[in-house]
Amino acid sequence: MATAVMNMTTAALDWVSIAFDAPLARAVVFGVHIDGHLVVEVLLIAVILFQLTRKSYKPPKKPLTDKEIDDLCEEWIPEPLHPPITEEMKAEPPTLESAAGPHTVIDGKEVVNFASANYLGLIGDDKIIDSCVASLEKYGVGSCGPRGFYGTIDVHLDCERRIAEFMGTPDSILYSYGISTIFSVIPAFCKKGDIIVADEGVHWGVQNGLYLSRSTVVYFKHNDMASLESTLEKLTHGNKQAEKIRRYIVVEALYQNSGQITPLNEIVRLKEKYRFRVILEESHSFGVLGNTGRGLAEHYGVPIEKIDIITASMGNALATDGGFCTGSARVVDHQRLSSSGYVFSASLPPYLASAAIAAVDHLEDNPSFLTTLRSNISLLREGLSNLPGLTIASDPLSPIVFLKLKKPTGSSKNDLELLNKITERALKEDSVFIVSTKRSVLDKCRLPVGIRVFVSAGHTASDIKKVSDSLQRVAALVLAEHI
Amino acid sequence: MPHPLLLLLLPPLPPIPPIAVPREIRRMARLTYLTALTTLIGYGIFFAFGLLRDLFRKLFNWSKKSDDRKGYAPICPAFEDFYTRRIYHRIQDCFGRPIASAPDAWIDVVERYSNNNNKTLHRTTQTTRCLNLGSYNYLGFAAGDEYCTPRVIESLKKYSPTTCSTRVDAGTTMLHTELEELIARFVGKPAAITFGMGYVTNSSIIPALVGEGGLIISDSLNHNSIVNGARASGATVLVFQHNSPSQLEELLREQMVKGQPGTGKPWKKIMVILEGIYSMEGEFSKLPEIVVTCKKYKAYIYLDEAHSIGAVGKSGRGVCELLGVDPADVDIMMGTFTKSFGSCGGYIAASEEIIQYLKYTCPAHLYATSMSPPAVQQVLSAIKVVLAEDGSNRGAKKLAQIRESSNFFRSELKKMGFVVLGDNDSPIMSIMLYNLAKLPAFSRECLRRNVAVVIVAYPATPVLLARARICISASHTREDLIKGLKVISEVGGLVGAKCFPAEPEKIQKLD
Repeated sequence: MATAVMNMTTAALDWVSIAFDAPLARAVVFGVHIDGHLVVEVLLIAVILFQLTRKSYKPPKKPLTDKEIDDLCEEWIPEPLHPPITEEMKAEPPTLESAAGPHTVIDGKEVVNFASANYLGLIGDDKIIDSCVASLEKYGVGSCGPRGFYGTIDVHLDCERRIAEFMGTPDSILYSYGISTIFSVIPAFCKKGDIIVADEGVHWGVQNGLYLSRSTVVYFKHNDMASLESTLEKLTHGNKQAEKIRRYIVVEALYQNSGQITPLNEIVRLKEKYRFRVILEESHSFGVLGNTGRGLAEHYGVPIEKIDIITASMGNALATDGGFCTGSARVVDHQRLSSSGYVFSASLPPYLASAAIAAVDHLEDNPSFLTTLRSNISLLREGLSNLPGLTIASDPLSPIVFLKLKKPTGSSKNDLELLNKITERALKEDSVFIVSTKRSVLDKCRLPVGIRVFVSAGHTASDIKKVSDSLQRVAALVLAEHI
Repeated sequence: MPHPLLLLLLPPLPPIPPIAVPREIRRMARLTYLTALTTLIGYGIFFAFGLLRDLFRKLFNWSKKSDDRKGYAPICPAFEDFYTRRIYHRIQDCFGRPIASAPDAWIDVVERYSNNNNKTLHRTTQTTRCLNLGSYNYLGFAAGDEYCTPRVIESLKKYSPTTCSTRVDAGTTMLHTELEELIARFVGKPAAITFGMGYVTNSSIIPALVGEGGLIISDSLNHNSIVNGARASGATVLVFQHNSPSQLEELLREQMVKGQPGTGKPWKKIMVILEGIYSMEGEFSKLPEIVVTCKKYKAYIYLDEAHSIGAVGKSGRGVCELLGVDPADVDIMMGTFTKSFGSCGGYIAASEEIIQYLKYTCPAHLYATSMSPPAVQQVLSAIKVVLAEDGSNRGAKKLAQIRESSNFFRSELKKMGFVVLGDNDSPIMSIMLYNLAKLPAFSRECLRRNVAVVIVAYPATPVLLARARICISASHTREDLIKGLKVISEVGGLVGAKCFPAEPEKIQKLD
């Protein structure tokens, strides 16, 4: 069979070559002996040249007639504005019926509140409420205008000066909302072409600022200094251009997605070695870290001038709302005209600015709050050290005690389901209010989810014992199969 | 050809702002060629002097060590803030004037002085009592109100100034739930969600609704928060000519045919974003026509009512009520509480499902501190006053007052010969000044006569269309307005802003 096919193929080939060779076997043109295959080759070249000279084929563009456009528009079906609503989307958070202090009232029951970032226990403090009442009576509630158009009230200027005094920097600038601080500061200083190296665990506000700045953003592994060093090395190695563009390292002092504290001394060393500037987000560490609450720089003993830009939200330790940014005079001055969240938005309500001044005064006069907070944190960590199925993943000094699953199920969604069951049962059965991580669809952070317990200086030892006992019990029940 | 070494001394040229103004806007703002020419010459002179000063600075600082450290690029390169240093700083005393009282009809403006030609300003303890024509205080809730303030103080004592927590954690109080129901009822939509800041509302809602593969068509004069939100969403953003439904329709048809850039696939969804009142012009958007167009092409409409909610419409329900548009036709209605209700924060009102989805995924709801409870109470009380649910008719009186005052003020200004922008019934009006030098003159002369006005120039407005903007409030009395008109007339005459001939008989009546 194979030989028959072989014979047939050889016969066909012979026939073809004879057919080609025969007529021109004896033709001689210009002294060149014409062979059959030469004809084929010449024909091929002619065809190729012919095709090359033709214009490339474009399907003829007929503009659509009006009727055709109308039909197109009729047929088009847009996606709905929201995806189908699932059960988990319908979940409603518990509604508080009193102030969000260490004890609050939910559904008529009194619960122990470990879900508010009220680190210094200033919610419900009389001095602060008195200063707010005085401010409300004098200035009303809102400021009715942006800072440039009669929205600057003297309390704002006093607050900025007070914060600059407290931090030891030349000047500071006040923003009207905590989360808008960082995503207005970053685009004011970083434009297209600049390089930013950021931690992969930064929260959504920072991610949004990085996206809006249109700079080149490179992420390094969460809180991993070796990864940061290698990233910096890669970016600057042999790159002469790097000297002429602005380069920044963006980190949070205390990550709200994991409770880790960034090693500032390492960062300053790397920054000086590779000549980067540092933008430090201190929302959860201002008023918490350091001997007098001045933040991460005080905690590590780094002089404040080495940090180029510090931003913080005042909605945590200072128990008010809004945010501030502080740094050198040049840094602060530049933001007054080019920071969009400052220029295009109404200013902070004056009573919140006076609450901030009262809170800073309070903190400076009573550093004992910090020692109480620290002892509460260590007490809680002791109580939660042997939880079935959960492990503490945050830094020992962090007031956000982050509990991760010992054996994650492999998908964030299922992890969250388990954790939500724990928090719901803790609230319903033991009147202990704790919360799990909430992730938006738009959030790019991929750190593991967990339960966050916010410790406050206003919690008593019995509150802390209550939450540890409750977690021991509920975690054992819910995670029985998962240990 | 200048010597090459001299060229080294020249600082890098600053970016030239875009000068072209679209024909529609030129017509609306009555910009003549002569005015444009003189304004440009003015800008040219400032530019030239600025460059000269930069040159001298470079010469004198040749040997001085720069304050930027070695090896680092400067944090603010010289050409980026040319405009700030050389043009804005000269008139800096007209902006950011601190006040020492509530932003009511009369304010105490703090006097400032400068030792270095306006580069840095220092506060004094002196204040001047001025008529406030600049704050967004449309219904007069800025200062204490007899119904609102006691309730606000009560809620402050009960709930503290903040909840220190996000809405999904421990930040939802009874007040927040009540406010969401009330605002939904007020605006005429099934449900609503509130946030602590209007700017953040726009910046974080738009990315949650439209993502990549979607198309956002926004009005050319939209606010910065909308521009930022559109940019952050990752969708393709196109701009349609201000208030032009016909151009919008053309653009929609063209985009339907073209599809997504690169692949040509049909768009996933199209969203048209526009505002109720445009705050720099004071004019209403052509909402009815745009709604018809969008319905025809199945595009979603996002209406930003920051300035119009509570201030226009027979019962204060905003632009939809004023222009006769059914709220059900507008997919998403957004607004802020800062302007008419004297508080802070923003809201979105839409269908139940959209709000549920937003509560599940909107970053501002999940990560940002919840709205301050006293501020929530202020809005609740203010809306109850407007809806007459507090048992009095002050709400209706305020609305009638602001309508009459705005119309009176605008007609009087027009009679004096000023070029005034703004539609009837709108509480915002702009007096065109065009020339950059007239702005600080107008502002300072008015302040000397105890009237506080707001001036706006580039980049908030086009380069050639600088103006003074007036915001009328329901707490302005007729005498206040007449005083304001007298001062503006005097200063306008001094500055040369009366472009049209005045009507003589009416001027005598004012005296």
